[in-house]
Amino acid sequence: MSVGLYKKKLSLLLAGLILTLPLSLFAEGILPTVPKAKAKATAEYGCVNPVADMRRNHMKYLLHHRDQTMHKGIRTKKYSLAKCIACHVTPDKNGKYPKFGDNDFFCSSCHNYAAVTIDCFQCHNDNPKSAYSSLNLNRQSLPEGHEKFTSNDTLPSGDAK
Amino acid sequence: MSHIESSKNAALTRRKFLGSAMATTAGLTIAPGVLLFRAAQAKPAAQAVTSKVRWGLLIDNTKCSTGCDDCVTACKTVHKLEGHNRPETDVQWIRKLTVTDKQTGHVMSLPMMCQHCGNPPCVDVCPTGASFKRADGIVLVDRHICIGCRYCMMACPYKARSFEHEVVHDQSVSAPRGKGTVESCTLCVYRVDHGKIPACVEACNEAKHGAMLFGDLNDPESEISKRLTKYGGKEIRADLGLNTGVRYQGI
Amino acid sequence: MKKANFVEIEGRSAGYLALLGFLGIFILAALGSSFYMEHNGHHVTGMTNQIVWGMPHVFAVFLIVAASGALNIASISSVFNKTAYKPLARLSGLLAISLLLGGLMVLVLDLGRPDRLIIAMTRYNFRSIFAWNMILYNGFFLIVGIYLWTMMQRSLNKYTHYAGFAAFIWRLTLTTGTGSIFGFLVARQAYDSAIMAPMFVIMSFSFGLAIFLLVLLAAYNWTHRPLGDVIFNTLKNLLGVFVAAVLYFVIVQHLTNIYMAKDSGVEAFILLNGGIYTKLFWIGQILLGSLVPLALLYHPTWGKSRTLVGVAAMLVIIGGMAQMYVIIIGGQAYPLSLFPGMEVQSSFFDGVVNHYAPSLSEIMLGLGGMATAMITVVLAIKILRFLPESLADEVVDPQHS
Repeated sequence: MSVGLYKKKLSLLLAGLILTLPLSLFAEGILPTVPKAKAKATAEYGCVNPVADMRRNHMKYLLHHRDQTMHKGIRTKKYSLAKCIACHVTPDKNGKYPKFGDNDFFCSSCHNYAAVTIDCFQCHNDNPKSAYSSLNLNRQSLPEGHEKFTSNDTLPSGDAK
Repeated sequence: MSHIESSKNAALTRRKFLGSAMATTAGLTIAPGVLLFRAAQAKPAAQAVTSKVRWGLLIDNTKCSTGCDDCVTACKTVHKLEGHNRPETDVQWIRKLTVTDKQTGHVMSLPMMCQHCGNPPCVDVCPTGASFKRADGIVLVDRHICIGCRYCMMACPYKARSFEHEVVHDQSVSAPRGKGTVESCTLCVYRVDHGKIPACVEACNEAKHGAMLFGDLNDPESEISKRLTKYGGKEIRADLGLNTGVRYQGI
Repeated sequence: MKKANFVEIEGRSAGYLALLGFLGIFILAALGSSFYMEHNGHHVTGMTNQIVWGMPHVFAVFLIVAASGALNIASISSVFNKTAYKPLARLSGLLAISLLLGGLMVLVLDLGRPDRLIIAMTRYNFRSIFAWNMILYNGFFLIVGIYLWTMMQRSLNKYTHYAGFAAFIWRLTLTTGTGSIFGFLVARQAYDSAIMAPMFVIMSFSFGLAIFLLVLLAAYNWTHRPLGDVIFNTLKNLLGVFVAAVLYFVIVQHLTNIYMAKDSGVEAFILLNGGIYTKLFWIGQILLGSLVPLALLYHPTWGKSRTLVGVAAMLVIIGGMAQMYVIIIGGQAYPLSLFPGMEVQSSFFDGVVNHYAPSLSEIMLGLGGMATAMITVVLAIKILRFLPESLADEVVDPQHS
C-alpha cells in the first residue's frame, strides 16, 4: 500500500471517528447488547463465517439453506436455523431460556433494535432444548442399503439434553 | 442457467465448509469417535434427494386391529401435535378409520394419512407452489410460502391435510408448524433424512403388530417391493389415478 | 341522438355523507373482524378442518363473479355496438373494478397468512387454476382500467372498441377460471364437473346485471337525474333472460348428477335431506332467487314498476348468495367418499355431514367487502365523470325522439 493511500485511509478513519463520536457517547444505552453464543462454531471465525459477514448476510444464508433443506432434503448443519438457535440462544443463570421477542433473545436483541420483523418463530421453536425434546432418532433405522449420514442428531456439545 | 450456476456455487461453498467443519469441530467434540463417523458420512447430508428412491408405506390390514392407535400416538408425540380439545379444528396427521361394508357387515380398521401420491392433487392446485413433491416422492407443504388459502384441503380426496387454526408453541425441530398454514403427514421426512424410519412404523413394529412397512418402492430388492410383488397392494380411491405411495393389503 | 353528457355527482348532500359513513362503518367492522381472526387464528371462526372455505368465500366468490358480470353492459356497447348501452358503459366498467376489489379484499383477508400476499403475487404454480386466477384478477384491473381510460379521454375513443373486446375476452376467461376452481376438484362430488365453468359465466351475467341495475336505480334516484323507460326496460328484460339461463344450467347440473349412481348421494343431500342446504337451495336459490324474480320481471304490470324490478334484482342477489352458499359450504358439508359404498368412521369426522355455523366476524368481513365495492363506486362517481347527466329516453334511444 502506498504511503499516500495509507494517509488518505487514515484521515477517512479519523473523520469517521469524529463523526461517530457523539453517537458513541450514547451507545451504552442505545445500542443492543447481543448475547454471547454457547460455543465457537469454528476456531477462526467464532461463528460459521466471519462475524461481519454473518451480520450482513445471515438472512441470505438462512433463506438459501431453508429452500435447500425443504425442497431437496439437504440437511447440512452450517446454516441450519435450529443449529443457530442451539448455539446462540443461551439460558440465564437460573437455566431459563429467553423467548423470541425478549431483548435478551439473540435474534431479538438486534431485530428489536432495528425494527425488522421476522416470522421464523411463528413456526420454529425458539427454545433449543424443547425443540429436540421429542426426538428419538436412536431406534430403528432405514432398510439396509440406504445411506444414512448421521448416527444421531443432538444439541451441540456442552448442552445437556 | 442462473439456477445451475447458483447450485454450482452452493456446492462449492458446501465443499469448502465440509473441509473447515472437519478441521474445526475436532476442537469442540468431546467424543472423537462420533466426529470420525460424522466426517465419514457427512457427504450425503449435502446431497439432494433423488428420484432414484421413492419412499412408500405398505399397510397390512389383516394385522391392524380396531381400537389400536399406537401409530397415531407416536405421530403426535414425535411431532408434538398437541390439540386444544377442539376436535373440529385440531390438526390430525394420521387417524384410524373404521370401515364397514354395508352389504356384508365386514369391518376393517386402518390408518389413514397423506398417501404421498405420485400425482398429488394438492400440488396441482397450490397457487404458490408451497405444496410440493420431493424427488423421493414425499409430499410436503413448504410453510415458508404457504399463504393459507386451503385450496389443497379442498383438493385432497383423503382429507389428509389440516389447517393450523391456532397459535402454536413449543414445536419439535422435526416439525416446525404455525398458525395460518396447512400441514399434513411428512412421512417423517426429518427422520428419513437422518436415516430413520417414520415414527408410526417404528411404533407399530415396537408393539409387535407389524402392520406397517416402510421402504423404497423403486428398489426391487427392498422388503416393501418384494411384498408388493408377491401379495399386491391396493390404493385407496385407485379410480382417481393418483398413484399413491401408501398401499394397503387386505382392503 | 344527443350525445350523452357525463357529469360528476355533486356529493355534498347530507345523504351522500351519510351513505359514506354507513359504508365506512361496515368497512371498519370488516377490518376489525379480519384482525380478530388473524390474531387468534381461524378457530374463532365457523371454519373447521372439514369446512375449509366458509362465509368469506361465499361473499368473495359472489363478488368476483358479479364483477365480471357487471362489465357486460360495457361489452354490449363496445363489442356488439349497441349504442343504447353506450352511456352506461363507464358505470359498468367502474362497477366491475369495484366489485372485484371488494371480493378480493374478502378473499385475501380470510387467508391464513394475508401478510404473505406478496408471495401469492410473485410465486406462481402454473398448474394451479388458483394461480391463473390471480393473474386474471390483476389483469382485469389493468385491462378494464385501460378500457375506462379509452372511454373517458376523447382522443383515445377510437381504441375503445379494441379495449372493450380485450376486456370482454378477459372477463369470460376470468369467470371460466373462477368456475374451474370448483370444476377441477376431482376429490369432491359436489364439484368435479366441466359445467361449473359455463355455469359460473352465466351466473356472472345475472348477478352482475342485478347489482348494476340496483346501483343505477339508486344513483339516478338519489341524484334526481332522469332515467328513461327505454334503457330501464332493456336492462330489465336482459336480467330476466340471464336469470332463466342460470336456472337452465342449474337444472342440467343436477339432472346430470342424479343420473349417475355414484353421485346420487350428494344430490339427495342437496335436493332432499340436506337440512339448511336443501332449504337454501329450494327457497333461497330456486324460489326467491329465480322464480319470483322471473315473475316480477316478466309480469305485464309488475314489470313496469321500478320498485318491483328493484325488488327482483335484490332477490336475484339474495338467491345468488344462497346458490354460492349451497355450492361452497354444502359441497364441503357432504363427506368425502374414501371407500365408495362403505360406511367410514373416525375421530376426524369421516363419513358424517360436516357442521358449519358462520361466525359474526366472517359475516362482517363479507359485508365489508360489499361495502368496499360500493364506497369505491360512490367516491368515483363524485371524482370522475362516470354518470351521464341524463338517461332520459331521447338521450338513450336514437329512434325515440
